[in-house]
Parts: sequence; structure tokens; C-alpha cells
Amino acid sequence: MGMTASQKILAAHAGLKHVKAGQLISAEPDLILANDITGPVAIKEFKKAGATQVADKCKIALVMDHFVPNKDIKSAQQCKECRIFANEHGIDNFFDVGKMGIEHALLPELGLVGAGDLVIGADSHTCTYGALGAFSTGVGSTDMAAGMMSGKCWFKVPSAIKFNLHGSLNKYVCGKDVILHIIGMIGVDGALYKSMEFCGDGVKNLSIDDRFTICNMAIEAGAKNGIFPVDEIALEYMKGRFSRPVKTYAADDDAEYEKTYDIDLSSIKPTVAFPHLPENAKTSGEWGDVPIDQVVIGSCTNGHISDMRAAAEILKGRKIAKNVRAIIIPATQSIYMQCVKEGLTEIFIEAGAAVSTPTCGPCLGGYMGILAQGERAVSTTNRNFVGRMGHSESEVYLASPYVAAASAVAGRLCTPDEL
Amino acid sequence: MQIKGKVFKYGDNVDTDVIIPARYLNDSSEKALASHCMEDIDADFVNKVQQGDVIVAGDNFGCGSSREHAPLAIKASGVSLVIANSFARIFYRNSINIGLPISECPAAVAAISAGDIVSADLEKGIIYDETTGEKFPTEPFPPFIQNIIDKGGLLKSLKS
Repeated sequence: MGMTASQKILAAHAGLKHVKAGQLISAEPDLILANDITGPVAIKEFKKAGATQVADKCKIALVMDHFVPNKDIKSAQQCKECRIFANEHGIDNFFDVGKMGIEHALLPELGLVGAGDLVIGADSHTCTYGALGAFSTGVGSTDMAAGMMSGKCWFKVPSAIKFNLHGSLNKYVCGKDVILHIIGMIGVDGALYKSMEFCGDGVKNLSIDDRFTICNMAIEAGAKNGIFPVDEIALEYMKGRFSRPVKTYAADDDAEYEKTYDIDLSSIKPTVAFPHLPENAKTSGEWGDVPIDQVVIGSCTNGHISDMRAAAEILKGRKIAKNVRAIIIPATQSIYMQCVKEGLTEIFIEAGAAVSTPTCGPCLGGYMGILAQGERAVSTTNRNFVGRMGHSESEVYLASPYVAAASAVAGRLCTPDEL
Repeated sequence: MQIKGKVFKYGDNVDTDVIIPARYLNDSSEKALASHCMEDIDADFVNKVQQGDVIVAGDNFGCGSSREHAPLAIKASGVSLVIANSFARIFYRNSINIGLPISECPAAVAAISAGDIVSADLEKGIIYDETTGEKFPTEPFPPFIQNIIDKGGLLKSLKS
């Protein structure tokens, strides 16, 4: 029996010729990461275990992105713990305010993750790097601590679901609509414990940013990882960034998939996940009248330059509706700079939006855009659980940057075509 | 720790945001986490929960964020066992790693009601509803997993 692409990467990092679904293996990740929320818990566990040295300081990344610039004293304390730990152990990949970005946009941008890598991260959206052909998956802080100590992590080799993508996307439709469509189809546990492998002739019509968004939300279907094949578009993105040799792993022809879905990209409409689960997907035409109070455009899901350009395309020469707050957050410093250079920041500010330094802040209801009781937000983020962005009686509608920007202008959930 | 207590019952897709909302993730002390456990799904939970109590839930328990604070909050609140139809994978791994006993047992989930008194012997693989007298077989943990739970977590077990 052949192996899936995900299984091949795991086998290579475990020093094995062959692995099969269900097998327990010990493998050596190329990078282990944490943020300012999960890092302190990992450091506490690391110390509790009596560890004094990290296995390989070059394979650790700590990104201060969730509650920074520090939202309160306790958050400042958590970042301080990470900063001291990074200095003590000579961890160069420590990213702080002014240099940091949202981890899953920053690490690919800096070339710290790439094709063929095995990456674990104490953040559920670590699965994003599958866009570059890596096997990357979220773990908890204890796994992070054990990984820092030993340089290893144990895995149960996952089975897989295949998504054959065909055709190309319509205007105002992007990667976010694709993944919301898929989660709506298979459910929030539709890929539980499994790999989601994307392939087919439609892949070439998806930008690298679309692929980041799609892999980013694989966890929202319960998946262990999401992964794309490494093609010219992925190679072009990694060129000049990724310093290690690119290793590509393609699934064997006889690899076993539990299920195969065929998806015609041209049939996908603007899609929004209604409260309070990412699987509550509804397409334009089914939304009804949903007045809104806030729009957030950013996050590890949709804070890339193409997302900023999409938002600017809609907001150019228009104004944010009365009684709507729009918050736009480029995911990294370099994307922020690009927005300034391309004049996007000016478009956002002239439209009446707030533009912020990179932070995860509002996505998880940390700060920078908390919702009051009964308020509604259209957001390009990844989760719409009860209380996710603030009060337990507030609502989050997950959408693409096109729909979010159009909704900000209209003051209600809508597509750009309705403006 | 002895597994025996009163049942709190919830539905499908209980996510880590309702188990411990992110607004409290600026403090990872057990006491702080326990004081907000389940706040956005059951505001009364922290006032009612007692040492040894059991959470019973449906599919995909612990979905969403990888925050280890979620199983830590549940454990610190005194809960001795979480039984569900299925668990989200990161939550499953985190629970074992921090020494919170969990069990996938759809038969028990279907039969056990909120408020029942439930006990369990996970080494033998038995969940017992003392209120109704029903017993449910469950897959026992392999010895290396049981050892992690007995020692109070992965790193404590590695240290010993």
C-alpha cells in the first residue's frame, strides 16, 4: 500500500521507509513554535521537568502575537517570561513587538518553514504551512515542552481525505470561501484526526495566500493537517526565503484515502459561516438581512497582502457605514509596509477604518475589538464559537475579505456585487 | 485520584473557547483557570462542581484552540473524568499529557443523565452509573498512558 504525502513526510522524519495509518512513531520536527499564550505554559512544564537545556535552539520559534502590544499587566508578564527564556537559551527566533507578525503568516514569510518540513506548534492553526507542502500540526504546551527538551515528538500516523479541486474561482470568491464550503460540507469533525490532502488541476488556479487560508482552517474540520502539492507557485513563494533544501513529497498512486471529494472551484459562491460553528456555511442569497456592528479584516487566516488588496479594492472611494467599526490588521510588519507602499493604508483610513500593528487580538476576543452583548461582527478570522470575540451573547460571521469589506460599507452582511 | 462524582452533561462540539474563554488566558495559574471553567456554556458550573465530578458530552469535545489551559481548567476545577462520544485531537493529547482522565464511550454518553453519580475504573475499562446501576465497558488505557495519568502528566512521568 502506498503512502499519502503527509505519511511520507512523517516517515522521512522518523527515519522509516514506510508508515501506515494508525502507527505510532517518534519523529524529529524541523521547527517547534509557541506564542505568548502557550509559551509560558510550555516554559513552566519545561522547568517542572527539571530541564536546563533545549535540544536545538535553532529549531525553536517564539512569536509574541496574541496579546501584544501587551494588553494588560498579566499579558506583559507572560511575554516577559518568554523573552527571558529566549535570552537564557539563545533562541534567535524570538519575535517581539515591532518585528513580529501573526505567527502563521510570519514564519513562512521569513522562510523558517517550507516544503517537506515537519512542524509542531503550540497553536492550533500551525496547520497553515501545509500550503507550502509541509506536514504541520498543532499541539499543546506540554508537547511543546517535551519537544524543546528532546527534539522529538510522538505521532499517530493519520489516514487521509482527498479533495480534488477543478476549475478556477469566480470574481470576489477566494480561498476563504473554498474552505468554508468544505467545512460546511464535511462538518467541524468531518476530518477528525485525519489529513486533508488537496490536489487536482484546480490547484494551479489558487494563489499561495488562498492555500494558506485553506490549510489554516483544516483544524476547523478537526483535521490533523492540511497539505497542498508543491508546484511552481509554491516554489516561487519560497524562492529567496526558505534556506533549507526544498523537499517535495507526492502521494503514491496507490495511496489509500478514506474518502475523495471532487470540488468544482467555479461553482463556489461567496460563503459565510453563521454563528456559532464554522460548519454553519451559507452562500450569498441565503443570508437574509443581518445588520452588523463591527468588521475585522486580518488574522492568521486572512491577514495576507492579497487579503489587504481585496479589502482595498472594495473600500476604495467608499465609506464605512455609520455605526459600524472596521478594524484592519495586516498580519506582519512586512505586509503592513507593503500596504503603506501600495496606498492601501490610505484607502482604509480614508474609508474610516482603524488600521493596527499585527496582533491576533480580536480574533480570540483578547482585545482590539471586543464585542458587547448582542453585537454582531463580520470577520475574516477562523472561529465563531460562543463568546469567541467578546460577550457570550455576541455573534461572529466568518467571511472572506471581499464580503467583510462590502459588509462594512453596507452596514449589513452582503457581497461586493450588492454595493 | 478516585473517579467518582456527579455528572455535568453537555452536547456536541464543546469548544475550548467556552471551556476557558481567551479573555482569561493572561493567567495560567490553576486557581485562575478553575475560577472561569465552562463560564460561557454553564455560568453556574464553578459554583456547583465538586471534587471528583464527571463531565459527559457528545461529539468532538474540546474542538478549536490548542490551549492546554482548557484541560488544565477542567482538572483544576476538581473534575475526575471527561466522557464523550469523541474528542478533538489536540484536546485528547493535551488531556493525557497533563493527566486528566478521558474516555471515548458513546454507550455511556447515551445512557448517563445529568446529576447521576458515576464512578470508573479506567485500568479495568469500566464506567459505572451508580444511580441507574448500569455498567459500560470502555477501552482501557495501555500501561504507558495510564502511567502518565497516574504520575500527573507527561513531563512528571518522564522525570520520574
